[in-house]
Amino acid sequence: MRRYPLRVIALGYLLLVLLGPLAMIFWRSFDEGLGPLWTSLSDPNTVHAFTLTLIVAAIAVPLNTIFGVVCALAIVRRRFPGAGLVNAIVDLPLAVSPVVVGLSLFLLYGRTGWFGHWFQAHGIQILFAPPSMVIATVFVSLPFVAREVVPTLRELGTEQEQAARTLGANGWTTFWRITLPSIRWAVIYGVVLTTARCLGEYGAVAVVSGRVEGQTETATLRVQDAYENFDLAGAYGISLVLAVLSVVVLIAMTCFKPNQEERA
Amino acid sequence: MAGETAFAAPLTGRRARPSSEGAAAALSLGFTTAFLSIVVVLPIAALVWASRADGLQQFWSVATQPEAVAALELSVGAALLVTLVNAVVGTITAWVLVRDDFHGKSFVNAVIDLPFALPTIVAGLTLLALYGPKSPVGVNVAFTRTAILLALLFVTLPFVVRTVQPVLLELDREAEAAARSLGASELRVFRSIVLPNILPGILSGVALGFARAVGEIGAVVLISGNLPYRTEVASVFVFNHIQSGDQSGAAAVAVVLLLISFAMLLTIGGVRFGVTRHERA
Amino acid sequence: MSIVVHNVSKRFGDFQALDSVSVDVASGSLTALLGPSGSGKSTLLRIVAGLETPDTGDILLAGSDATELSPQKRGVGFVFQHYAAFKHMTVRDNIAFGLEIRKRPKDEIRRRVNELLELVQLQGFGDRFPAQLSGGQRQRMALARALAPEPKVLLLDEPFGALDARVRAELRLWLRRLHAETQTTTVFVTHDQEEAMEVADSVVVMNRGRVEQVAGPRELYDTPANEFVMSFVGQANRFGPSWVRPHDLRVRLTPDESTHEALIERVTHLGFEVRAELVRDDGERFTVQLTRDETERLELASGQIVYVEPTRETTFT
Repeated sequence: MRRYPLRVIALGYLLLVLLGPLAMIFWRSFDEGLGPLWTSLSDPNTVHAFTLTLIVAAIAVPLNTIFGVVCALAIVRRRFPGAGLVNAIVDLPLAVSPVVVGLSLFLLYGRTGWFGHWFQAHGIQILFAPPSMVIATVFVSLPFVAREVVPTLRELGTEQEQAARTLGANGWTTFWRITLPSIRWAVIYGVVLTTARCLGEYGAVAVVSGRVEGQTETATLRVQDAYENFDLAGAYGISLVLAVLSVVVLIAMTCFKPNQEERA
Repeated sequence: MAGETAFAAPLTGRRARPSSEGAAAALSLGFTTAFLSIVVVLPIAALVWASRADGLQQFWSVATQPEAVAALELSVGAALLVTLVNAVVGTITAWVLVRDDFHGKSFVNAVIDLPFALPTIVAGLTLLALYGPKSPVGVNVAFTRTAILLALLFVTLPFVVRTVQPVLLELDREAEAAARSLGASELRVFRSIVLPNILPGILSGVALGFARAVGEIGAVVLISGNLPYRTEVASVFVFNHIQSGDQSGAAAVAVVLLLISFAMLLTIGGVRFGVTRHERA
Repeated sequence: MSIVVHNVSKRFGDFQALDSVSVDVASGSLTALLGPSGSGKSTLLRIVAGLETPDTGDILLAGSDATELSPQKRGVGFVFQHYAAFKHMTVRDNIAFGLEIRKRPKDEIRRRVNELLELVQLQGFGDRFPAQLSGGQRQRMALARALAPEPKVLLLDEPFGALDARVRAELRLWLRRLHAETQTTTVFVTHDQEEAMEVADSVVVMNRGRVEQVAGPRELYDTPANEFVMSFVGQANRFGPSWVRPHDLRVRLTPDESTHEALIERVTHLGFEVRAELVRDDGERFTVQLTRDETERLELASGQIVYVEPTRETTFT
């Protein structure tokens, strides 16, 4: 195929849609100078928003990592009826709108919801409080580790594990010393993707959190809040920090990406 | 796979399976189903239940309110358009990344994943900065449907590229050489040899991208202005109606969105099944 | 259609694959390009097909310059080592492909495909997919596909390399018969000298991007042009200053002026043939090939001292 026209189309499109906007954050944030930027970033509510984002991620990522590995092992190694269904359910968060996720949690944990009664009776607040935000974030970032580990496990085959067993290793030892090291790069890549998703979550937490400043706002919610209150410096400032984090994530993704040729 | 079971049988035996292995299997399965049920299945079930709580008639009348219909039409229409663009440009991009070589190719390859890494609200803000009221390039599409398209193009950009790339890498280049030696023109080689093999990749990317586009909120909420009947997408409709206490209205539209998601997942599953058709001996 | 390769050179980065190679292939002949890995034989074949372009030199097909011609326009049939099957098409559609490109009418295509399926003995497999065929069947399909548009030249790149020994032997025979029937100019690449000798009328021996010798199998064996050809085609031993074939060494139990003393290290019985590994008094090792009868008559065994005389030797200056 003729090279140059295709190359120009692809690169031109990327510039317009991707790189242009990215450059803007870096530019606009420094528009009004470093002073206002620092002030808005050190606002206690902003600091709290970042802290909350990190705490939620710190809970959601390990949970989904463990789930991802266990689930992948169950799907690939144990043949059970309904493995296909489990696979589909794991993929569900990728296809569902975050707002739909938020609403379903709202209905489940709300006052009149199936779980709502129980939690209310015990005085535990789920909605409009961090617990619902954690649950929402776990939902939306669920698939990533599982989806990375499943194909890697499949390709690995069971020969190494069988060899370990003939040498006397029990199930746990085999898992810890043979299986886990073999899938570690897939797990790491999955963790990077999960973290990115957690940091960037907006729609689902927007619904369940109530967006109370200083209490149930994550960094992404705060960006919108700042924008709607005409605090552009604030909005761009938080966006800048998030963008820098994204670039770090992007670099991590590029480094840990499973070799496509090996995978294919 | 046959070799696997043949080899496993003598080692583990059919009856004498060590109890620790049986326990581990049960545990992993149990944990998986429990986790999935609590996190995913129950909430979705609660949503579906709530939407039919007042009966199907009620559901239908709520779902077909003019504002709801307008929002859904906008979401689906925009998603379709964006998906079409992605199918073409995404395939071209994947082709360029796999078959072409130029300075900075690895940088470009890395940057494709930016929409996966960047929070959607930040993406929306930057699109607003670039193509909104204070645009440095003099383009102002804020509060228009074009803005929605731009936002959706951004967030769905990687989908087709990333599903087509591995398939392209795996292609048997010699089959293309064979086709050429049999007289096929370059276009014919692409149409008859390359395309049938990358089509499943394109379809999966399209299905995933469409599902994502139809439900997107973060990237759209700032730049579109959320004007009902004009630039209010379905996800924003749902959000607003939750805020205003109209749970049944929100639930109705949410269920429609959910059904679209299910349909896309079925499509992807179907593609996966169809792909292995000519590999099954 | 005759093929003339004229002063063709090709580099890949630092590696000189072909160094000013010239070869003439007569119309209707069955030629082998024989050589070890890296000798340039596959590269040469691909250049003739138009799948690679030479850095210098020309290719003439039926007397006219084809060097700049794309593979689509050369009318050349190509068979790949790993089949290059169109995996998403049935066997029938694979074979029909070249004819569909040329927009032949549907019934003509159907007729020709059936003809070819019969020729390659794949009747009944027409509606299967390549993944459902064995290696040998896939290669036969690839051959049928290449032959369908009636090419003037058939090129095969190590066509039997990926198959097991028995299938290889069958297909070799089959290729000879096919050539006898169609009389299409055929060139195939192989690293297996036995295959080249068995199948081809004319063998082009290549090494390190150069042509060492072009000759018929017998001439190649009996009068090799240099040391490389002698040792590559058939077995050969260094025997003092010259080269001797294992079956051109006579073994005696008593010495005379023309014999050399040697110790038998090992005797291997390979059915009718016996191979003995010996070492001369000056330490040089060599192999002798004898018949079973000769071995029994001389009562040869490991550890025995014997006297060896070449009946035919070749020296290269």
